[in-house]
Amino acid sequence: MRVSNTRRVLIGKAAPFGDIGRVFRRLNIDMPLLVGLLMICALGLVILYSAVGESMRLWLNQLARLGVALTALFIVAQFPPDFLRRWTPWAYMGGLVLLVLVLTTGEIGQGARRWLDLGIRFQPSEIMKLAVPMMGAWYLHDRQMPPRAGQLLILAVMIIVPTLLIARQPDLGTALLIAASGVIVIILAGLPIRLMIGLAVLSVPGAFVLWRFMADYQKQRVLTLLDPDSDPLGAGYNIIQSKIAIGSGGLFGKGWTNGSQAQLEYLPERDTDFIFAVMGEELGLLGLLSLLCLYMFVVGRGLYIAIQAPDSYSRLLAGSISLTFFVYVFVNTAMVTGIIPVVGVPLPLVSFGGTSMVTLMAGFGILMSIHSHRKLLPR
Amino acid sequence: MDILSPIKDHHSERRLFMGRVILASSAGFLLLAVVIARLVQLQVFDYEFFAAQSQGNRFRIEPVPPIRGLVFDRKGRVLAENLPAYQLELIPEQVDDLDDTLQRLAALALIDAEDIARLKDLSESGPRFKPVTLKLRLSEEEIANFAIQRPRFPGVDFQPRLIRHYPYGEAVAHAVGYVGALSKNDLTRLDASQYAGTAHTGKTGVESRFELNLHGDVGYHNVVTNALGRQIPAESPEMLDSLPSDVTPVPGDNVYLTIDLDLQQVATRALEGRRGAVVAIDPWSGDILALVSAPTFDPNLFAVGMTQSEYGELQNNLNRPLFNRAIRGEYPPGSTIKPMLSIAALETGATNLTRKTMCRGYFTLPNSTHRYRDWKPEGHGEVDLHEAISQSCDVYFYEISVDVGIDNMHDYLDRFGLGHVTGVDIGGENSGLLPSREWKRNYFREPADQRWFHGETVIASIGQGYMLATPLQLASAVAAVATRGSRFKPHLVAATENTLTGKRELINPQRVDEIVLSDDRHWDSVIDAMHEVMHGLRGTARAASLNAEYEMAGKSGTAQVFSVAQEDEYDEDQIEEKLRDHALFVAFAPLDAPRIAVAVIVENGSSGSRVAAPIARQVMDQYLGYGADASQ
Repeated sequence: MRVSNTRRVLIGKAAPFGDIGRVFRRLNIDMPLLVGLLMICALGLVILYSAVGESMRLWLNQLARLGVALTALFIVAQFPPDFLRRWTPWAYMGGLVLLVLVLTTGEIGQGARRWLDLGIRFQPSEIMKLAVPMMGAWYLHDRQMPPRAGQLLILAVMIIVPTLLIARQPDLGTALLIAASGVIVIILAGLPIRLMIGLAVLSVPGAFVLWRFMADYQKQRVLTLLDPDSDPLGAGYNIIQSKIAIGSGGLFGKGWTNGSQAQLEYLPERDTDFIFAVMGEELGLLGLLSLLCLYMFVVGRGLYIAIQAPDSYSRLLAGSISLTFFVYVFVNTAMVTGIIPVVGVPLPLVSFGGTSMVTLMAGFGILMSIHSHRKLLPR
Repeated sequence: MDILSPIKDHHSERRLFMGRVILASSAGFLLLAVVIARLVQLQVFDYEFFAAQSQGNRFRIEPVPPIRGLVFDRKGRVLAENLPAYQLELIPEQVDDLDDTLQRLAALALIDAEDIARLKDLSESGPRFKPVTLKLRLSEEEIANFAIQRPRFPGVDFQPRLIRHYPYGEAVAHAVGYVGALSKNDLTRLDASQYAGTAHTGKTGVESRFELNLHGDVGYHNVVTNALGRQIPAESPEMLDSLPSDVTPVPGDNVYLTIDLDLQQVATRALEGRRGAVVAIDPWSGDILALVSAPTFDPNLFAVGMTQSEYGELQNNLNRPLFNRAIRGEYPPGSTIKPMLSIAALETGATNLTRKTMCRGYFTLPNSTHRYRDWKPEGHGEVDLHEAISQSCDVYFYEISVDVGIDNMHDYLDRFGLGHVTGVDIGGENSGLLPSREWKRNYFREPADQRWFHGETVIASIGQGYMLATPLQLASAVAAVATRGSRFKPHLVAATENTLTGKRELINPQRVDEIVLSDDRHWDSVIDAMHEVMHGLRGTARAASLNAEYEMAGKSGTAQVFSVAQEDEYDEDQIEEKLRDHALFVAFAPLDAPRIAVAVIVENGSSGSRVAAPIARQVMDQYLGYGADASQ
């Protein structure tokens, strides 16, 4: 009789959006989160139209991708967290197999092996963006937190293996972001503060080791950050033009589709990695702050869902997904404004391109599932 | 160690998690504060500086395409030139109703109705202020027609530009090639920055292979633009002074070809209504004098741009006009290889100048009843090598073939350039096929198919079976006979000329491995027999030398397209055209000091001596100064 009981609880509590709210609730959709996401996407589509040079075809293309991504969100939201947890090891192992496959047989594009063609072309690293935090949360689910030293070692292996496989493609940016999503799970699980400080200190020699492994173009990016004017037409060009675009936008911007930096194609990759600069130029500081506010709202709602979550798996996973989303936002905006090196991370939900958007929305689908299924689970 | 602790302290875990979320949020806010501080620094404090910097970006560099080099024949006649033409353009942002505009343009027959969807897509994909080309070339009538209607079409206008023109289009299409619209694919192999202002690029033939010479270097022109990138007139002279200086484009090199337009036209006319090819070479330099493939096409169609259906028609034409038979067509060479094969037989000692064979009209291998038939059912009687070549006796060659062996046959014909590409300076040629035991082992997968049979050697001796050659290879091989072993790489380009300095760069003839024989008399005897083919009383092609004012040497060939059953007669009247034998002919002239070597193939032409030989004669007449024009 639990089902009818639940239904009574749901109906009994006044839905915040009236009848529509009730429908969405039935569909396991979290209204505040969905509204936040849609507002980001809407603002993104507005600025994208300008960034793709007012090309209706490319714009509609992106709109279609958004449709696919929202469908993914909706589908994922229907799977209860328990179900996701049971399948987590399989998803993780499957992802690892695909990563090995991509290294041996994958298609080469722009000097890297990232794509796999199994009927549909996709990047297996996208699966790992979700599978790695899921695996961390799965491992910690039944264990008493904070984790002990031995458990931390196992978790570290779970994170490092896929990270190295992806770094080998080579796709350093994605590898680091996936590592971050795993590390966030450990931190949320209660990694001792002493250990965190210790690791931070260790990261200095670690950076030197990393430097040895970096390709020349990656080293160049770091050097360029330190002194962009040293090579204004080469590697420093992106950062210089991007700073001019943002700076010349001022408080209110030059107006939508009126950004001379963006429209005259001084700004490279204006519709993908550097779309934040287009927005800064055309909509100004106020536009950028509005976008950042929306991002913060979504991250905040995600963390709220994490705190409300009934079990360790849901809690850790929801927390990791929300905070990783923040990391994406930070890395892109810091890169475009010249705070950190150019690492090729798109601005989530705004940059042109489909695969990462589907993964992001699927992640938010998990958040919605965790939130809407929580009352069906035993406390 | 209780790794799986049965009792979890939910309350403390919750508290721990809450603490961690607060910790992470604080870190997040700190990072966010850094980004926001940076934005404030850029957009508020440094605003003036960056605004000035972005103003400096108001000058735009526009590419100016270079003028494409011209192509001339060996006598300096223009084969490819650039003509001014008007093209129809549409600026998307100035058009209110794109669909309606395109529909009405189609109604005026200025664009093709079937192209509307493509043009619509094109107009919607680029920046809205960038013109889209609707039609590459407007006729005088179309210009006049549009000029009247122009007020009804805001945002549509015509613009002058240069387009490629081939004055002798069809006659030189397969040698010169053509230019077509620059595609994304082309840009992967070309330097994209050089093509920033170019709409066309060479697609085939000389136009494609000498693209780098013909194209030239792109120039740059500085324009002042408004905030949206649209060009505006410079407001003041000072403004112009502040612009970086323009770069003038460097026009492409002119290219001089070895081909002779007259020969091209004679050969094109001679092949009219047929499928086939003619290749003529200067044996002492490798200069290609004529390279014709029929049916041909009008290369101007590609330069001007075709509608989908026009292109489809060319593509799907069963006679394949776009297919360059001269360098890509692979045919069984038939009896045209007998002179080369005779060299192989003489050199390996498989035969000598006095050996005679009784030809009864057929040949059988020992322990076999299969009859390999001669083209002459009643047989040639007793023949030696000389007569075997001049009368094209198949039985003689069947008999010596077993002694020569397929591998020797392969090695000697290989030295004449058969079985591998000649390296001609326009790309895309095919290699033909020269069979050998090794080839058969590698080519077939089943062990049963990998074995070489004597019977296959027998038919290879008359250029049938697996053996295939291109017309270019045959011309090059007969040229090597004409020079008695000296060989040159066939080529189409004689020189390139810098259009600015007028300096010409000659491309020297390139020698390739000479064929050295143990006994020079072997050349004499083979050339003698080829002379007999043309001038002897029983020569197979004697009709083709009628009234000639010079002496020539040649060899006809008739290659089976399908095999006739053992007891059936070959009756050409009853056979469908496409199943008739291919007619081939190779020749050189004048006999004593050869200046031209020719190979002719007429697909399904039935008879080498009757159909292909007269075409070769016309080409040689023209080149040696006895052409139809000269006799008038």
